[in-house]
Amino acid sequence: MKYTGKAHKVGDHIDTDAIIPARFLVTSDPFELGKNCFEGLEEGWVNRVSPGDILAGGKNFGCGSSREHAPIAILGSGIPVVVAHSFARIFYRNGFNMGLVLLEIGDDIEKINNGDQLEVNAASGEIKNLTSGGVIKSLPVPEFMAEILARGGLVNYVRERVV
Amino acid sequence: MAKTLAQKILQRHSLDEVKEAGRIVRCKTSMVLANDITAPLAIDSFRKMGANKVFDREKVALVCDHFTPNKDIDSAEQVKKVRLFAREMDVVHYYEGGNAGVEHALLPELGLVGPGDVVVGADSHTCTYGGLGAFATGMGSTDIAAAMALGETWFKVPETIRVIFAGKPDKYVTSKDLILHLIGLIGVDGALYRALEFAGTAIDKMEMEGRMTMANMAIEAGAKVGLFSSDQKTVAYCREKGFENPGEIFPDEGAVYCREIDIDASGMSPQIACPHLPDNVRAVDELGSIRVDQVVLGSCTNGRISDLRQAAEIIKGHKVNRNVRFIVLPATPRIYEQALEEGLISVFIKAGAIIGPPTCGPCLGGHMGILASGEKCLATTNRNFKGRMGSLESEVYLGSPLVAAATAVAGEIIHPGKL
Repeated sequence: MKYTGKAHKVGDHIDTDAIIPARFLVTSDPFELGKNCFEGLEEGWVNRVSPGDILAGGKNFGCGSSREHAPIAILGSGIPVVVAHSFARIFYRNGFNMGLVLLEIGDDIEKINNGDQLEVNAASGEIKNLTSGGVIKSLPVPEFMAEILARGGLVNYVRERVV
Repeated sequence: MAKTLAQKILQRHSLDEVKEAGRIVRCKTSMVLANDITAPLAIDSFRKMGANKVFDREKVALVCDHFTPNKDIDSAEQVKKVRLFAREMDVVHYYEGGNAGVEHALLPELGLVGPGDVVVGADSHTCTYGGLGAFATGMGSTDIAAAMALGETWFKVPETIRVIFAGKPDKYVTSKDLILHLIGLIGVDGALYRALEFAGTAIDKMEMEGRMTMANMAIEAGAKVGLFSSDQKTVAYCREKGFENPGEIFPDEGAVYCREIDIDASGMSPQIACPHLPDNVRAVDELGSIRVDQVVLGSCTNGRISDLRQAAEIIKGHKVNRNVRFIVLPATPRIYEQALEEGLISVFIKAGAIIGPPTCGPCLGGHMGILASGEKCLATTNRNFKGRMGSLESEVYLGSPLVAAATAVAGEIIHPGKL
């Protein structure tokens, strides 16, 4: 699956309170949460996003609370992919479970500038920077998680076992 | 193979062989937890999975503690959804209203978690039970839905960082200061994907509530779990709470650690995490004059009876500064009752504090203590992210109950010994 979109760069240690502040956690509706995505980083941040855009995060992206509302809010804002230096552990699991594509690229995050046009190949883990012409290879997805993804996510994986 | 605490506990619950770090293992869960914010999403995922019953009605805990007493219509609807689900599934451990407290103070108090358990919760501070020697960690709602349906989950076996706290802390230095010091040292991603294992003379002497305070903040260094051995103190504590057959657990001699850190607790000052990350830690004496508008004593980190006792001891006979709102939230109804019986509540009220019900409330900027722009708060909670407690232009400093009480009186962040 390929995704092409404009990169929106955010810093290191972006926490889940920045992604979706707790006062908005009175709903689990993706559209409602999406409207307030990154409201804890900057008021009205989400207005810059066009559907299909890509988020480029720094170190430890998604640290803090376990709220699954965070990946849901990112998806709800129209962003299908997050490329980051590294991800916080709980967010990483949540992203996969919600169908948000996450690619870990370490220091290569420096090769992406705000506003760059990116092409992400989720299957191969290859990221083309269409603006600079560079190519970045992400770390492979752990095998067991790839297996869950191949079955269509955790919900389907469990569904096969409970019925 | 010699095992770390994490490997040892996982092995007890797994049919897979728990060997080197990095391997994925499936484990049976001893307790599965969610709250009024995360359970509604878990319930949706549970239904989508086609599940129609929880794996064990006695091993699921649903605690409505975050936006409770319900702060608005939307949060009341969320609690209603959890309540109806609990009834439908006949969940034994459903807590709401006067039975509910802050989940990570409540479950240990009720003897529902203990040494050797594998506990997963849709709340990042589930790691608190590491203080009791449980492999306990936070996950998202859908992972928790899977665990509620199957009674199992998967883990990547973590590498472990062993942290040795030697020495004897000064009388104004608490477990909160030790964990803040560590987070300041290794950073908010210093233990990313890893387990923290605590040991040393300062840990051996520490009481259970202090251990839970430290384990609680393991996540603030990015750790999967923050583990303490289960020793005689653990066994006595858990037995007293009604946990069945608690046993001692220690890491094996010769277990492999990815890093060892030695910290001397002697001579340490009270520690403060400054805005806007828990690793921006400084000794209280190095802060300079920082005036505050609010002080919060409570939460899953420091809302237990020993925390209230410490704060009351400091504030007794003093008045809360007229420019400060001092909010005290006992973490559970039992703690509240105990504080009443011991006269602590009276001490706080006489000093001019606000006593609130058990709730997570202000810690996450939910309700009962929201900050306006430009306001500063010293809190005994666990996170000081930008905007965490209210306005994006507000600031949160994290410290111990002793510092909290002294700060409420002084109106600025001070060393409790200086009051």
